[in-house]
Amino acid sequence: MTNEPAMSADPFQGERPRHTHFHERQAALNVREAWSAWNGFRFADYYYDPEYEYFCIRNFCGTYDICPMQKYYISGPDAAAMLDRMVTRDIKKLNVNRVTYCVWCTDEGRIVDDGTIFRISEDTYMLTCGSPSVSWLRKSAIGFDDVTITDMTDEIAGLSLQGPTSYSTLKAMGLEGLETLKPFGIMRFPFNGVELMVSRTGFTGDLGYELWIDPSQALAMWDALYAAGKDFGIHPYGETATDMARLEAGFIMPDMELSESLKTIHFEHDQSPFELNLGWLVDFKKPHFNGRRALLEERERGPKWTLVKLDIPGNKVAEGAIMYDTEDCDNEIGYVTSAMWSPSVKANIALAMIKTPALKGDIWAEIYYQKELRYYRKMALCEVKDKPFWMPARTRQTPPEVYS
Amino acid sequence: MSNYDTIVIGAGHNGLICAAYLAKKGQRVLVLEAAPAAGGLAMTREFHPGFKASVAHSLNQFSGKIAADLNLKAHGFDSSGQAMPTVALDPDGKHISISDDALQGAGEDDAASYVKYRKAMKTFARALEPFWAKTMPGVGNNSLGELMTFGQLGLRLRMMGKEDMLEFLRVATLPMRDLMDEYFSDKRLQAALSWDGLVGAKLAPRSPNSAVFGLLYRMIGEHQGMHSIPASGISGLVNALQGAATAAGAEVRFDAPVKRVVVDADENGLRASGVELVGGETVTASRVVSSADPQTTFLKLVGARHLEIEFANRIQRLRCEGYVAKLHLALKGAPNIPGLSDANARMIIADQPDALEFAFDDAKYGGYSQNPVMEVLLPSLTDSSLAPAGQHVLSANIMYVPANLKGGWTDEARADLSRRVMDTLEAHIPGLADLVVHAELLTPADLESQFRVTGGHWHHTEFAVDQMLMMRPTYEAGQYATPLPGLYLCGAGSHPGGGLMGGPGHNAAHEILK
Ligand SMILES: Cc1cc2nc3c(=O)[nH]c(=O)nc-3n(C[C@H](O)[C@H](O)[C@H](O)COP(=O)(O)OP(=O)(O)OC[C@H]3O[C@@H](n4cnc5c(N)ncnc54)[C@H](O)[C@@H]3O)c2cc1C
Repeated sequence: MTNEPAMSADPFQGERPRHTHFHERQAALNVREAWSAWNGFRFADYYYDPEYEYFCIRNFCGTYDICPMQKYYISGPDAAAMLDRMVTRDIKKLNVNRVTYCVWCTDEGRIVDDGTIFRISEDTYMLTCGSPSVSWLRKSAIGFDDVTITDMTDEIAGLSLQGPTSYSTLKAMGLEGLETLKPFGIMRFPFNGVELMVSRTGFTGDLGYELWIDPSQALAMWDALYAAGKDFGIHPYGETATDMARLEAGFIMPDMELSESLKTIHFEHDQSPFELNLGWLVDFKKPHFNGRRALLEERERGPKWTLVKLDIPGNKVAEGAIMYDTEDCDNEIGYVTSAMWSPSVKANIALAMIKTPALKGDIWAEIYYQKELRYYRKMALCEVKDKPFWMPARTRQTPPEVYS
Repeated sequence: MSNYDTIVIGAGHNGLICAAYLAKKGQRVLVLEAAPAAGGLAMTREFHPGFKASVAHSLNQFSGKIAADLNLKAHGFDSSGQAMPTVALDPDGKHISISDDALQGAGEDDAASYVKYRKAMKTFARALEPFWAKTMPGVGNNSLGELMTFGQLGLRLRMMGKEDMLEFLRVATLPMRDLMDEYFSDKRLQAALSWDGLVGAKLAPRSPNSAVFGLLYRMIGEHQGMHSIPASGISGLVNALQGAATAAGAEVRFDAPVKRVVVDADENGLRASGVELVGGETVTASRVVSSADPQTTFLKLVGARHLEIEFANRIQRLRCEGYVAKLHLALKGAPNIPGLSDANARMIIADQPDALEFAFDDAKYGGYSQNPVMEVLLPSLTDSSLAPAGQHVLSANIMYVPANLKGGWTDEARADLSRRVMDTLEAHIPGLADLVVHAELLTPADLESQFRVTGGHWHHTEFAVDQMLMMRPTYEAGQYATPLPGLYLCGAGSHPGGGLMGGPGHNAAHEILK
């Protein structure tokens, strides 16, 4: 015998993307093998066709794997105070079994990350966010004696179910009482001997839920859900369809609209809540929260940039467009962060960062587009929209409409 | 209405100086001190019946401006004491005596070099001198005045002349060892001259960073780095400061430990509005000025939850481990030091730079040296009130004794260190052990618990390039004001730093009054 590793050992062990709790089912449905990765997990860009998956979200329902999303339990008598100091919203107002969307900032008032906080019991909160945050959470907990931070990312299987038939699907699965669940509420149901936690949350701007369960029952839940959803058009969707749906809803996306401050190198290439039009998340009635001083100053002087929703004439998608104050491109005033042709709104839409003073004048997009490999350029006068491009009444309707 | 304009936490020399300046301007000032007397680390206390000592035992950098501003002479402090020579002590009696302008007992070459060395160091020290007594500008968005401080520093350096300026920039962050090798060949002399660049910091002769700065910082007193004990003793200075503060109208309360800074919270944000004493009493004030060290102030008295996250983390990461222990001996007679005509000197026991280096190596790994290095004084030779007639006090700073000793400061560890220190002393001062009536050893851990200074640190927090000037103790608290409105710092943890100098107390008062 030698000490050399057996030939069968994987030399890249630990390097390969891990499988989420739903991987087995999703792999079987990933006809295109269109995988990418998120937080070290194998993750679908799309399964069959991104547009088709998008239409499932808007017309039927779809599932989206949120296992790779980071989940932390913040618990103990000081949990509320610790979170309240960390985020810009008033966490003391969050009731048990309610969820809230938050951002948290550096001392300079630049966004570290955004995420949702679930108050799952009197003294326990679940924070979910896109990127690993344990070091920031630990730093934030200094000075709070009675708080425990537990990384639950591997301990909870999360699946998002979004679209108009999501409610009907869950009812068909036997979730009694779900009709009373309001947006941003949490309910619990018994499932196969464990607890299935359902929150009326999501990232699509549509009627939708997120399901949270012990990993041991993840596949059983998937099977029950897909059996119930068979007649309601259930289908898995990936990152591409998510990105379309969230853009229509006007939600910001990490690495598109948001450059996490702690990872940003260039000066002020990160963002403040005001710059991302998230001033409504900043509660100055709170005496203290991280970044308060800097944000107060910014509110006084006005943000340097402002994220706007744009309706752009024509059908040429303004991806990567640079914005100007005149058709002749006299002064550069900003850039597009996300753009698409919206099938639901039937409009050419975009999110763009514009230098705040320039919002008083015209906003022209310089759009480059391609026809069979050849590039063309056009200028388009954009219209700023205040409301989300897409936010149907069904998103908030309680009880939701039943389909049969 | 608040009870006071300003509450000063701590009646160390910096707290008293700050209080005196504020009271002189008509503020209603209350100084709250946990200990039963004033002085902080410079407090003179009885360590054995009839025998007294102060942890800080000599002066080398006390500000002449402060002495004049506060008219300390009228309060009994006479700074015009004679400077003591520094003596590189040799067990065989071949000591080297170092005075302001000459060496005795060293070789001719070293003696000639010493003149050049002192000239260069004095030139550099003079160029830096104005900055120790000034608020350092913050970085970014500077006012004209702050920009002028920057400009002035440039100008001062430039005025030295091109050659001296370039030389200053070259040596500024040099290890002490390299500086010594450039000038001197005698190892014992090198070790003795290195001492003031190293003591109180986590630095050995071969460590780059701030040793030269530390040395120049210590050269700002009237004897340009030479040490002295005032005729009225260290207690004379402390009493004069307390007298000046009370004469100006400040109240000083002893046995009044502050439990926490009271932080008011409303829609205008947070604000320090007073303090709560350990006994439960609350006193309000328009502002609170703390001379406690930065970690004590921010993490214990204010609480990290009232600060911002990154700021609180910087405070928590401040380097505050003390490396100097203190020995006080009550002696029934005057010790005889062979070969030394006048024992009223600052004696350095370290036979070569490597003795310092290796002692530091031990401390670095959580131990202390088999061969401790130290600075020894007989303060009762100057200040006769410290011991009964004919009897004496020996006071020693023992370097490279870590606050966080591996295994902790057990009775065995303390006894073992005491034995080693006594053996070393006995080797240089034969017969000393027979004179000892009582010995008090204060490890940095003891200094922490008895004097309320984190890590028992000489400067409250490391005096090093990353924690100096506008970075002291850390940015956003480098101009005495802190991120918590109403709270200021005025202790050794602020610019310029520790030592009996008074800069932090003086500068903080200036900031508050501006
Ligand atoms: C071993 C050693 C030897 C030294 N030798 C010398 C020397 O020979 N010469 C020299 O110039 N320097 C020397 N120093 C350095 C010098 O003693 C200090 O840098 C200086 O005394 C610091 O002064 P300060 O006023 O800033 O703080 P301190 O002297 O530490 O005073 C702070 C005061 O605040 C009080 N306080 C803290 N917390 C509270 C609270 N919660 N409530 C109420 N009061 C509180 C403390 O009791 C203390 O009185 C030495 C230091 C050490 C550790």
